Parts: sequence; C-alpha cells; structure tokens
Amino acid sequence: MSVAVTVTVNGKTYQNEVEPRLLLVHYLRDVLGLTGTHVGCDTSQCGACTIIMNGAAVKSCTVLAVQADGADLETIEGLAKNGELHPIQKGFWEEHGLQCGFCTPGMIMTSVDLLKNNPAPSEEEIRRGIEGNLCRCTGYQNIVKAIQYAAKEMAG
Amino acid sequence: MYPAQFEYVAPESLDEAIKLLAESGGEAKILAGGHSLLPAMKLRLAQPGTIIDLRKVPGLSEIKVDGSGVTIGAMVTHAEVARSSEIQSALPALAEAAAVVGDLQVRNRGTIGGSLAHADPAGDPPAAFLALDGSIVAKGPNGERTIAGTDFFIDILTTALGEDEIVTAVTFPTLAAGTGTAYVKFDHPASHYALTGVAAAVKLDGSGNVESVKVGVTGVGPKAYRATAVEEALIGKGADAIADAASHAADGIDCNDDIHASAEYRAHLATVFTRRALQAAFTRANG
Repeated sequence: MSVAVTVTVNGKTYQNEVEPRLLLVHYLRDVLGLTGTHVGCDTSQCGACTIIMNGAAVKSCTVLAVQADGADLETIEGLAKNGELHPIQKGFWEEHGLQCGFCTPGMIMTSVDLLKNNPAPSEEEIRRGIEGNLCRCTGYQNIVKAIQYAAKEMAG
Repeated sequence: MYPAQFEYVAPESLDEAIKLLAESGGEAKILAGGHSLLPAMKLRLAQPGTIIDLRKVPGLSEIKVDGSGVTIGAMVTHAEVARSSEIQSALPALAEAAAVVGDLQVRNRGTIGGSLAHADPAGDPPAAFLALDGSIVAKGPNGERTIAGTDFFIDILTTALGEDEIVTAVTFPTLAAGTGTAYVKFDHPASHYALTGVAAAVKLDGSGNVESVKVGVTGVGPKAYRATAVEEALIGKGADAIADAASHAADGIDCNDDIHASAEYRAHLATVFTRRALQAAFTRANG
C-alpha cells in the first residue's frame, strides 16, 4: 500500500507515493536525491540525519515520510542563499568546525534550531543544545566555536 | 534499518481514531511523536499491523492553565512543555523534566501523552507526573475516563490504559500556594535516559515543617513510582530530616540491574537524587 505525500523541501514542493515504512531520511536521500542529509547511527542517537521540520530540528531517521505529509522541510542544501553561505556554515568554515565532515550537516541543522530559540547561547547552552549530535572525530571544541561565531554573525 | 510493513492511517477526528483502534482487534498502535515507537519498530521489537497516526486529530495540542488546574493535550511535545511560561510557573518540576528528555531533536518530536502511555521505566516525565499528582484522560469506545497517576503505571511499559483507549490529555491540580517543586536526574551520558530521576513537591507549614510532600522516582525500578516511605518520613518535619527521609527512596523496590548500573548503585542514586530533589523543592517552597 502506498500513501501520497506532499512536502516542501527548501522551498520546492514534491509529491510522491511512498510506502508507509519509508523513513524520512531515505525519502530525502533516495527519492529526492538530497544526499546532504546523512544516515549515521540510524537509531536516533547521533543526529547526523537532523533536518528542520516545520521550524524545529528533528532526526529524520526517526520520522516516517508519511508523517511529514504537508510539512515544510529544510535540509543542509537549502541553507546557502544565492551562493552565500549561511552564517552557521560560515562559522564551521572559519572556525574549522569539521574534520571528516560526516556529522556536519546534522550539527548545522541542529544549530539552526538552537540559535532560533536562543540567539545568544552560553558555551554550556551550546553544548547542551548539540548533545543529540555526535562527532566521531570528537571535534566539539571547534564546533562550539563555530556556533559562537554564527551567533555573533547573526546578531549583526 | 526500517520497520516491518504496516498499514498507515491518519484519521482526522478522535472518534475515528478510536473506531479504527477498536476495529484493529489489538493489532494497531497509536503514533504520536514516534520517538519510542519508531525505534522499537526499526529494531522489530514492535511490529504493529496498523499505525494510527494522531497528527491530524484536532484538539490534542493545547496547554490550558486556569483556576481548575492544568490540562496538557496528549500531543504537546516535550519542547513545548519545557518552553511554556505557563507550565514553568504552574508546574516547575514538569517543565524541568521535559527540558531534559533525550536531546533537543527528541524533545521536538516526543510528546507528553506518548511518553506517559509508553511508560518507559527510564523516562523523565513520569516522575514529575507522579510528584505533581497528575492524571491521565483517556477515551475509548465506552467514553472518557480519568485515571489517577498513582493507578496508571502497572509495570515496565505497561499502564492501566485499555487496549482500545487513547490518551487525550494529562491533567494536574493547581499547586497549593507556596509549594516548591523540582526535578533532578542522573542521566546516561549517551542516551540521556534517566538512570535515576526524582521529582519532589513540598508544601511547608507556618513553622517551616512539611505539611505535604510528594516524591516521584523514575529510572530505578520497573516503573516510575511514588516514594511513599520518603514522604511519610518527612511529614511534620523540617529540612534537617531530608537526608534520613531520602534514604528510604528505594525501599521495597526491585531495582533495575543492567550494564549501565547495578541494582545496588541505582538504589544509592535514588537516595542521593531524592535528597537533592527535596533540597531544591524546600528552597523553592514559600519562595
């Protein structure tokens, strides 16, 4: 049995028939070809698959594609506008917030939510905020600095 | 990983959801935020034939605080509970528990109704739910009923909810003026589940002694529970009785024993965190 799903991803609307058990992360990667969102642990622990769904960061390996019907989604591919990096992307660039880069899309999308709800977080609040995202390179120091950079940049 | 195949329905009314659930003959599972159910389905620990998604059912996402108490719709997320200024002021321990569930992304999806109905023995909301004297509002084919928190948790992942009932809301009485409440936890560093989580609500009399106290404990035994031995040991006494009272936090409890913590260690954590929760609640009482 397939179910019709209509979603908006990075401003573009998509309509597909999907199997109910299809996970949102696989829908994004395999059906829409948006492979910037990564599959890490696949068990809701690592946060590599984090995207923004209706304004809030979610782990897309723990959401069914059918649950996203009607939702407005934003993935890492949608952050840069007109060739200009988003301040959080710029922060990761400037502060060397990535090593292997596998966790980066998820780290950045979680930071979008974090900074939206707390535009000037303390270091402790940043560390608490990204506790659902794991970096196997253990590059947290620079990830925190990257988010601090972005917070300043976004404050203007 | 992906779940086994299932039929998916997203009814647009509560009555329709209840009808679908009744018709499934026990084969269906209710989906709220899905942050307990979907991981279990991916591991094939759960293989429901039908998923009934509540996302289109109206009226389950409201927070209402008034003179008669607090009503929180079953589909209200942990993030919404944690950020609600009304909950922060009416039921501080509940906002604190919601703020430390899992992580930011989990709190954005997980719901208070789903969490309580799932009855994970290491979930945070159950402890605050018990200490704040919460009740479950459930609806089934035979109508609506209210289940007292103390009657709700039966065993690990098992509640008093009927197979044909859906949790629609969680309700709390208004706290008596001057009541201090707090939730503290010792969490597993990776999963953030509570190895021990304790919520306390303390009301003091004019001379600073305990007039009433409720303590809810999670993570320690097979289900969240009220630490009644602690409560009884504190009634009529002052802050200097906290440590002695807290030593009864795991009395009569068959403590969980796993790779994360031995039963003995959990019993110890229960006394330490009960003491801390009571100290925090005392400090806030009459505040």
